Amino acid sequence: MAELSGKYLVGVYDDDDTVLHAVPKLRKAGVKIKEVYSPFPIHGLDEALGHPRTRIGIAAFMFGVTGCCVALTLMIWTMGIDWPMIVGGKDPISIPNYIPITFELTVLFTAFGMVTTFFISNGLGPGTHFHPRFDVRSTDNKFVMAIDLGRNSMSEDEISRALKDSGAEEVNIKQF
Amino acid sequence: MHVTSPVREPLIQGGKTYADVTEDICRHVEGAPTKEWKIAFGLSLIVLAYGSVCLAWTWWEGLGVWGLNKTVGWAWDITNFVWWVGIGHAGTLISAILLLFRQKWRTSINRAAEAMTIFAVICAASFILMHMGRPWMAYWALPLPNAFGSLWVNFNSPLVWDVFAISTYFSVSLVFWYIGLIPDLATIRDRATSKISKLMYGTFAMGWDGSAKTWARYEYISLILAGLSTPLVLSVHTIVSMDFATSVIPGWHTTIFPPYFVAGAIFSGFAMVQNLMLITRVVYKLEDYITLEHIETMNKVITLTGSVVGVAYITEFFIAWYSGVEYEYYAFFNRMTGPYWWAYWAMMTCNVISPQLFWSRKLRRSITFTFFISVVVNIGMWFERFVIIVTSLHRDYIPSSWAMFSPTRYDIGDYIFSFGLFFTLFLLFSKYLPVVNMAEVKAVIRSTSANLPTKIAGVAKVRQRGTAEPAFDKDKE
Repeated sequence: MAELSGKYLVGVYDDDDTVLHAVPKLRKAGVKIKEVYSPFPIHGLDEALGHPRTRIGIAAFMFGVTGCCVALTLMIWTMGIDWPMIVGGKDPISIPNYIPITFELTVLFTAFGMVTTFFISNGLGPGTHFHPRFDVRSTDNKFVMAIDLGRNSMSEDEISRALKDSGAEEVNIKQF
Repeated sequence: MHVTSPVREPLIQGGKTYADVTEDICRHVEGAPTKEWKIAFGLSLIVLAYGSVCLAWTWWEGLGVWGLNKTVGWAWDITNFVWWVGIGHAGTLISAILLLFRQKWRTSINRAAEAMTIFAVICAASFILMHMGRPWMAYWALPLPNAFGSLWVNFNSPLVWDVFAISTYFSVSLVFWYIGLIPDLATIRDRATSKISKLMYGTFAMGWDGSAKTWARYEYISLILAGLSTPLVLSVHTIVSMDFATSVIPGWHTTIFPPYFVAGAIFSGFAMVQNLMLITRVVYKLEDYITLEHIETMNKVITLTGSVVGVAYITEFFIAWYSGVEYEYYAFFNRMTGPYWWAYWAMMTCNVISPQLFWSRKLRRSITFTFFISVVVNIGMWFERFVIIVTSLHRDYIPSSWAMFSPTRYDIGDYIFSFGLFFTLFLLFSKYLPVVNMAEVKAVIRSTSANLPTKIAGVAKVRQRGTAEPAFDKDKE
């Protein structure tokens, strides 16, 4: 999570369904929502907020291809070129025997590459826990909607009322 | 949407709200260590200390302190290795394969099962290091440039495949487990009162804020990790079985080994999960989260995989006879009636007969009986590996070199070491980390909890009628 600045309205919801249904309603009314924070994943919430579909899968695929190439290059070069070795009457370059390690390294590179991408793209990492948060209850039992007042043309009161109407049990102001 | 079939009991009982879940699961993390925990931890440290002394002597003196001889060159070391790796299969099965199959009951047990996996693989790896005799040369198994004319490792060998398989499995399982832990660590961080726990949980929670964007990516990578781990978990024990199957030893040289080993691994892994969870749920008062339903479902998996193992034993035996290869036939005949008949029959009784008792609903819902059978299954699975390894080796082609294996105190001591290590790690985990995945349980609580924890009447009514609000249907993904 990046550093925050400015003045925010924070709507606190009690229920995942309420917040999920509130999002399209508020967006229709013209409220620009910064983000919703929840203690567990709410399916469809990212689409409702208009977040683009994550492209992390493409990154994962690229890392997988890299792992596959690294494994094959390593084995073909060491066993077949640098020090050709015949073991058990097999050809020095015997691809079927390379399948297990190729598979393992493909998985290894994909997993680590993808998770590293995940950390970087979300700005997660050791030390980032000092960053301020809208409401700490969002990791327990509350669903927290943040609205950047600087980016909205509607007035504070209007947004506040819209939040209350959409089912928010509290509306707080947070200044960073 | 949030409608569950009335035929099934709710997964989480006691009508828990989201706050209750946090409270119930954080309780043991936030409280001071209990007396029971201290006693258990002290005991496992004593066991670990005894095992470490035995292990130190093994490494100081050499592998001659084991009961191995020139005929039986692999015995308890590899038996224990395969046994621990097998146990280490249940965690990833629960978290990966059951995630792909959308089995929601996994949410209460996946955290502890994955932790068990990681610790079991550590124990397994310790036997690999032990059986090398000179563990400081373990890096020889890696393809590193070296001073021997750069003679590389033999990539045709299943033993080298194993190095890659086990290390990949360990590290990917660790990553999967840690990714699942991050949201829960953030929950504990936000509740923490002391400076030290704020710092520790805060650092490891990596600044997690639970934004919709992060959660979407989190779900996406969990799915891909599950998709990767599923073939991975199958590949690991397949490759372990190839350590045997690609040799020409009668009793080992069989193509049935990979599926047979994988089924056996899941079988023993679930038994170990049962053992640990049955204790954990009582000690941490998690009966509402790990219910009889969970125990019963796991028992069903044990029966299924136990039956696969049983069929594999019988098939193997049939083929030994039907193939007409007399060496193969002798190996199996010798297992059954030779000097190690007791190990063979212990294996058959524990692994083939005992899981069949779970066809009775009453027995598979009995906690005491489940615990007993889980122990029996793990004993049986240890004997399976012992039978495969020792009875295949001890009578080879030349009768003059036939020998018996008997363990020395160091064989036993090194096995005890692995128990000490396993329980020490598991106890540390169960004290300092949440043993149930809070975020995942909160996500399934609504569709499964007996009470609907909502205060907003309108929404609750919609939910009970089972019709989603037409404007936006979140389950239509």
